[in-house]
Amino acid sequence: MEAFAYVAPSSIDEAVAELARHAKKGHRTQVLAGGTDLLVQMRGADIEPRILVDIKNVAETNRLHLGNNEIFIGAAIPSAVLNENAELVELLPGLLEAADLIGSTQIQGRATLGGNLCNASPAGDTIPAMIAVGVSCVIAGGKGQREMPVEKFVVGVGRNALEAGEFLVGLKIPRPKSRAADAYLRFTPRTEMDIAVAGCGVSVTLDAKGLCKEARVAIGAVAPTAILVPAAANALIGTTLDDAALAAAAAACSDAASPITDKRGTIDFRRKVVGVLCRRATAIARDRALARKVLGV
Amino acid sequence: MNKIQVITSINHEEVEFLCEPQETLLDVLRDTLGRTGTKEGCATGDCGACSVLVDDRLVCSCLVLAAETGGREITTIEGIATEEGLHPIQQKFLDHAALQCGVCTPGLIIATKSLLDRHPDPDETTIRYWLAGNLCRCTGYDKIVRAVQDVARDLAGPA
Ligand SMILES: Cc1cc2nc3c(=O)[nH]c(=O)nc-3n(C[C@H](O)[C@H](O)[C@H](O)COP(=O)(O)OP(=O)(O)OC[C@H]3O[C@@H](n4cnc5c(N)ncnc54)[C@H](O)[C@@H]3O)c2cc1C
Ligand code: FES
Ligand code: FES
Repeated sequence: MEAFAYVAPSSIDEAVAELARHAKKGHRTQVLAGGTDLLVQMRGADIEPRILVDIKNVAETNRLHLGNNEIFIGAAIPSAVLNENAELVELLPGLLEAADLIGSTQIQGRATLGGNLCNASPAGDTIPAMIAVGVSCVIAGGKGQREMPVEKFVVGVGRNALEAGEFLVGLKIPRPKSRAADAYLRFTPRTEMDIAVAGCGVSVTLDAKGLCKEARVAIGAVAPTAILVPAAANALIGTTLDDAALAAAAAACSDAASPITDKRGTIDFRRKVVGVLCRRATAIARDRALARKVLGV
Repeated sequence: MNKIQVITSINHEEVEFLCEPQETLLDVLRDTLGRTGTKEGCATGDCGACSVLVDDRLVCSCLVLAAETGGREITTIEGIATEEGLHPIQQKFLDHAALQCGVCTPGLIIATKSLLDRHPDPDETTIRYWLAGNLCRCTGYDKIVRAVQDVARDLAGPA
């Protein structure tokens, strides 16, 4: 290909047709959401011409729905818009906290959760938070739509499970029950505008007596992809989320990590910190769940 | 040629231009339209010098494709002052000497406008976080924060 092209389809079918049409001609296509990763990459690491398929005019990718059982977040919605929705922030404080950590106000005016996920950086902040709340990815392609649990979506550094001609339409999330809550924490040397050295997302559901009956724990920036840590969740389930349970979950996260040493942190440091983040994030999620009103009878 | 025709509105004025698919809004503002008030510091989203509002949303114009802006309302630094004179934010930046070389200033003024539109009475922490994506290499941030606090006080009116 010699030159760039830009298309902005206005429906899922049109977007899928555009992706297929250009793929058939052997042209490289790339989906554009907020562009906060993509445009930076086009300036430096990857300047090859390609067809940019902007999905922001597709109605479904702009849809935000807070249903009784399920929440849907379209793939084109920037995180600043999500964080202005008080009900969403109340329901999923951890996920929205992670979105609020991405870049600056300006970056959040554009950056999407879907872009953070598809970009598949090991340090992508929202990915562990999405795994913790059990996001299901809604994917459209030539053969129709399919869904995939978010923990299977990222398959390697910078690689996701989308096949040629597919794109991410949005995220489905089970609506947290009355005594459930999530939290996300990351460690960075600076407080703003920095990349995670380690991150941890946690969601917990308590029963009427305050015992943890469901939990999901995910860690980021300490392995090639963010990962679900079932051993950490198992250490929490059936407990009151007391100090002993938190310590056991923290140890499970440290064990599950396979970090690298770089200028941002050593292997030993990352292993230790990811455990600390797990312990603290679990305590935050627990306190949020306890503070939540018990709805219904 | 692959040029794309775009009709958009910049500072409430209809503007038509041709752009390459990969050109950014910043490229077009500065190089095609000659509106050089919006600055380029890094072109990678880190410095905020290129801040503009698109449909009242604060963004880095270096990370927006010009081709995406059809039918939008764009506000740049050139649209801040009025016939009557400087905008209060501009005046307070002068009063507090909140600029030296001035490269960061257009971005900071746009970002401040977007802050005060949403949070008319921000505390210092809110101001510092909101402006964290606007880097200044000369002035230091204290004078900038004082200027913003002073505008907010004035906009709130006499106590
Ligand atoms: C200054 C700065 C600071 C940043 N700070 C952070 C940070 O602290 N933490 C962090 O995690 N990230 C950070 N980022 C990275 C980036 O902002 C996020 O990853 C953001 O969420 C990307 O979303 P986007 O909508 O801009 O994606 P885009 O740039 O549009 O896309 C990213 C990638 O995903 C693909 N893609 C996007 N949407 C879809 C879709 N719906 N279907 C298929 N493929 C798709 C694109 O083709 C591209 O490969 C920062 C970036 C900048 C410039
Ligand atoms: S020039 Fe756009 S953020 Fe620096
Ligand atoms: S005054 Fe020079 S960068 Fe801010």
